[in-house]
Amino acid sequence: MQRAIVEPNPTPPADGKAASASKSGSLPVQHPSSVAAEVRNLCKTYNAGTPRAHEALKDFNLSIRANEFFTLLGPSGCGKTTLLRILGGFEMLTSGVCRIFGEDVSRLPPEARPVNTVFQQYALFPHMTVRRNIAFGLEMLGKPRAEVERTVERMLDMVHMTEYADRRPDTMSGGQRQRVALARALAPQPKLLLLDEPLSALDLKLRQKMRLELKSLQRETGITFIFVTHDQEEALAMSDRVAVISNGRLQQVGSPEDIYEQPQSRFVADFIGESNLIEAKVAGGANGEAAFDIEGFGQVHAPIAERVEAGQQVWLSIRPERLVLGAGHGEGQGPAKVSDRTYLGNAVEYHLRVGKHALTARSPRGGLRGRQDFAPDELVSIGFEPGSIKVLLS
Amino acid sequence: MSARPLALSSRIPPGIARAGLLWPSLGLILAFMVAPIAIMLTYSFLVPAAYGGVEWTFSTAAYEQILFERDFLDDSLTFTPDYLIVVARSLMQATVATLLCLVISVPTAYYIATRTDRVKNIWLFLITIPYWVNLLIRTIALLFVLRDDGPINSALIDVGVIGQPLALSYNGFAISLGLIYSFLPFMVLPLYSAFERFDFRLLEAAYDLYASRRVAFFRVVLPVMRPGLIAGSLLVFIPSVGSYLAPDILGGGKTLMIGNLIGTQFQGARNWPFGAALSMILLTITLIVLLWLARRAAQQQQLT
Repeated sequence: MQRAIVEPNPTPPADGKAASASKSGSLPVQHPSSVAAEVRNLCKTYNAGTPRAHEALKDFNLSIRANEFFTLLGPSGCGKTTLLRILGGFEMLTSGVCRIFGEDVSRLPPEARPVNTVFQQYALFPHMTVRRNIAFGLEMLGKPRAEVERTVERMLDMVHMTEYADRRPDTMSGGQRQRVALARALAPQPKLLLLDEPLSALDLKLRQKMRLELKSLQRETGITFIFVTHDQEEALAMSDRVAVISNGRLQQVGSPEDIYEQPQSRFVADFIGESNLIEAKVAGGANGEAAFDIEGFGQVHAPIAERVEAGQQVWLSIRPERLVLGAGHGEGQGPAKVSDRTYLGNAVEYHLRVGKHALTARSPRGGLRGRQDFAPDELVSIGFEPGSIKVLLS
Repeated sequence: MSARPLALSSRIPPGIARAGLLWPSLGLILAFMVAPIAIMLTYSFLVPAAYGGVEWTFSTAAYEQILFERDFLDDSLTFTPDYLIVVARSLMQATVATLLCLVISVPTAYYIATRTDRVKNIWLFLITIPYWVNLLIRTIALLFVLRDDGPINSALIDVGVIGQPLALSYNGFAISLGLIYSFLPFMVLPLYSAFERFDFRLLEAAYDLYASRRVAFFRVVLPVMRPGLIAGSLLVFIPSVGSYLAPDILGGGKTLMIGNLIGTQFQGARNWPFGAALSMILLTITLIVLLWLARRAAQQQQLT
């Protein structure tokens, strides 16, 4: 086998960074250049210098644009909440810089930052009515009484809580408390709103409704939202851009489409939605495309964004819905055996064995509208939709 | 008939039957609280017998005696503030003890409540240790520590810090110390449980909404902790007002408090109606404090 170096195209269409840069032009951003929040070389170590030392964030760099709905997404313990708490001033960073609208806030306490937070369990003041909760921040800022009252009324109206204004938080449902927490955090008109998994305490229906409300609230107010969640569906549904975090490190930043369609690492491909990750070897190629050998299947072609060497080990990521199942053999197709079939209502999921690889394919309602359905142990041929294979080096 | 184990009888409505569960405690309260108070109230309107006890003649003299002195010769009444001063001194002493207990207990309770469960239990255990010893013995032990030839004074004289022993015992200072020492756990424990339940994210929310540490403490921590603060204060204040042992032993009987004044009336002075009247005054003061706090708590509920 020759060990040739395969170069990507000079202008690769599949480059995630380039794609997200071109996307930003279509966002409703008033000052495309202004940066709402920025962290540079940020490190956070808990219990530093003790045996229990834990590095929550490692050399973290991130810029969040003004007026965007930005989501920090990752599994629990990945450091996303730590980052949010550093932005809010509740944790001090160990090293690095944290800037909010250009101002270095690294050493400022929470009360000195133009930032408000919607806490995970809302943290509403239990001894105050809804109205007094919402007024708290404005009163602390020393706003005149009339202005406080006017703003509180406006906030109550915005979150549809006017009729509950004189009730206490402990007499209200989770969704209502959520709205009060939002109004309380928005009332002082912060430059940045931090939301720490605010929907996690709500049931599914309410969560879906609040997603839409949050999104439209962000558009209405024009305030930059930084939203923390471990729910990838939530992140994709609401965000202008998403940062995927794992193990204290930034994995990828981009629009929901970028993150889903153009994952740059196995972690992102696996964490966002579902993905088949197949080990493969580079067989050769040219013009920004390479051929890959999959053991027990054959050869496939896919565009590459980075330089690869012939014989190099890579991973190919394919979404289950982009695997095509057929009865016959065609070009770029390979043999597979159905090991299991799961009916999901709106789709059918097939678990397949291809050589030593286990793959999952999802087909919209197999067997209906002329689509073929397959039973376990049946031999099928599988192919990949054009452009569906992502090459991952790490 | 075996299917209804909790009903006392099938003929009694369940609500009344269940209220029957209260009978033991109701009986105790009737026999040992309501009845004695009724006797006390009755005695306070009678006339003292020569060698203790009472004569069954209605009189308000006992209550008059609190404010006025009856002249032996012409039977006229002149105002005398002596007993009022005793009441005021007792209230002062109890207030000071309560406030000092508060000041000491807030950081202590906060510290304990923020430890890990294991460490918490050790501290709570340590707090209750003094209660293994009878209050009288503890008070006398404290006197031995504070005496002129006690360990504190001897040590200070030996080291040469002072030439004469400090007046630590038989004065108001000793009484206050005794009260604080006796009742401190009653303040620490309710405050501990209040801190334990306190959601510290509320503090973060307050800082997030631009409150300074001081403002957050007064507008968020204190109001949320209010039930614990009130419970602790009552548990210290009420026994302090009527305390008998600390003034008697640590004060050397020199500083008269209402508890000792009442005690004297039933012993040496043999004026039971006056003692009963003073007891009623003490009870009234306690009730007024309780009602005031209850009303304030209710207003707080409505206002905010």
